[in-house]
Amino acid sequence: MSHKPEFPSRRRVLRCAAWTGAGVLWVVAGGMPRSALIGSAAAAEMAASELTFVQISDSHIGFNKPANPDATGTFKELLGRIAAMNPRPAFMLHTGDVSHLSRDAEWDTAQQLIAETGIEKHLIPGEHDMLVDNGRPFFARFAPKAQSGGWYSFDQGGIHFVALINVANLQPGGEGALGAAQLEWLEDDLKNRSASQPIVVTTHIPLWQVYPQWGWGTSDGAQALAYLRRFGSVTVLNGHIHQLLQKVEGTVAFHTGLSTAFPQPAPGAAPSPGPMKVEPGRLRELLGISTVHYVKGREPLAIVDQSLGA
Amino acid sequence: MRRSTSVPILAILLLAPVTAWAADQTVTIDNFTFAPKELTVAAGTKVTWINRDDIPHTIVSSDGPRSFKSPPLDTDDKFSMTFDRPGIYHYFCSIHPMMTATVTVR
Repeated sequence: MSHKPEFPSRRRVLRCAAWTGAGVLWVVAGGMPRSALIGSAAAAEMAASELTFVQISDSHIGFNKPANPDATGTFKELLGRIAAMNPRPAFMLHTGDVSHLSRDAEWDTAQQLIAETGIEKHLIPGEHDMLVDNGRPFFARFAPKAQSGGWYSFDQGGIHFVALINVANLQPGGEGALGAAQLEWLEDDLKNRSASQPIVVTTHIPLWQVYPQWGWGTSDGAQALAYLRRFGSVTVLNGHIHQLLQKVEGTVAFHTGLSTAFPQPAPGAAPSPGPMKVEPGRLRELLGISTVHYVKGREPLAIVDQSLGA
Repeated sequence: MRRSTSVPILAILLLAPVTAWAADQTVTIDNFTFAPKELTVAAGTKVTWINRDDIPHTIVSSDGPRSFKSPPLDTDDKFSMTFDRPGIYHYFCSIHPMMTATVTVR
């Protein structure tokens, strides 16, 4: 199945879910068609994976409007799913918008609920976490060892993880941006690494141009991708747009995770990207988490999206 | 005596049209859009923004360093500012930077 850069409908995206052709094995489970999405051989491989980790995103603690008056509750439920996973994930990556309004009480709640899972975590901020003092309270709390701009990298289970910040100093009329200092750091961070080492990049706003009319893209993302292209397996995980989307360009797989708080409309499908109001019964299908499996020798990482409705 | 009464009358005549021009103005935010997107007011006008979206927005000057910046406005929150000096004031929402607008002060 070929993937074109233009925007497929939501249904079409889901039909592509079983695709394993050119890059990544992407599996959708729960609240969505899942027959034959994952063969028994693939399932066995996943169970034996070297490293399993989880992406959780856009918890927006403090949000209390339709369609979800209890964003804390749905976040807690999904954290419960993570805590109950077998095998136990090595850690979770939170891809931003932990809070809704950068309030200490919101971060307190999130921090406490994450701590209760007993699972290691790595976080990056979304623009909602940057509303006070250019995000300093967020970084002090959640990424104290990061570079001064908030970005960082680490190695685990053979994978190199790079956490990038594209929500700082947003400019009028613009999109997400990394900035010259961070790009220079990224080039240096990747420079001496073997091209065979799998790379996982997290950003909040999509690194690729999803829908510039709504600011869903990163203006200097192409420069970051230029540094990443020589690697055999690159997985870019982002949040921000509160819906599942996937795209593959060569060896780079882009994956946009669900929110744990509220869904947003498909690009251009509504007058604005504001929270999508859905029937209460449908909400849980549109919130979720993603689990990522790495099997050594199988370059593409397997990503399993799971909705709260599953 | 006559001279002293004429001064306040003159002052009122001069100020009357200004005060009419300087009536408070409101900019609403709906669907990630400032309305009106271009607002022209007289110097001394108080402009109030009201956020009617289900998501927070901010009012931040586009110049650097930022000459004004509102706190995040949650749903139905308001932010007011009085524009005393003539000029063109570009501003945007720092959370959703595609949202841009101007206040022109005459």
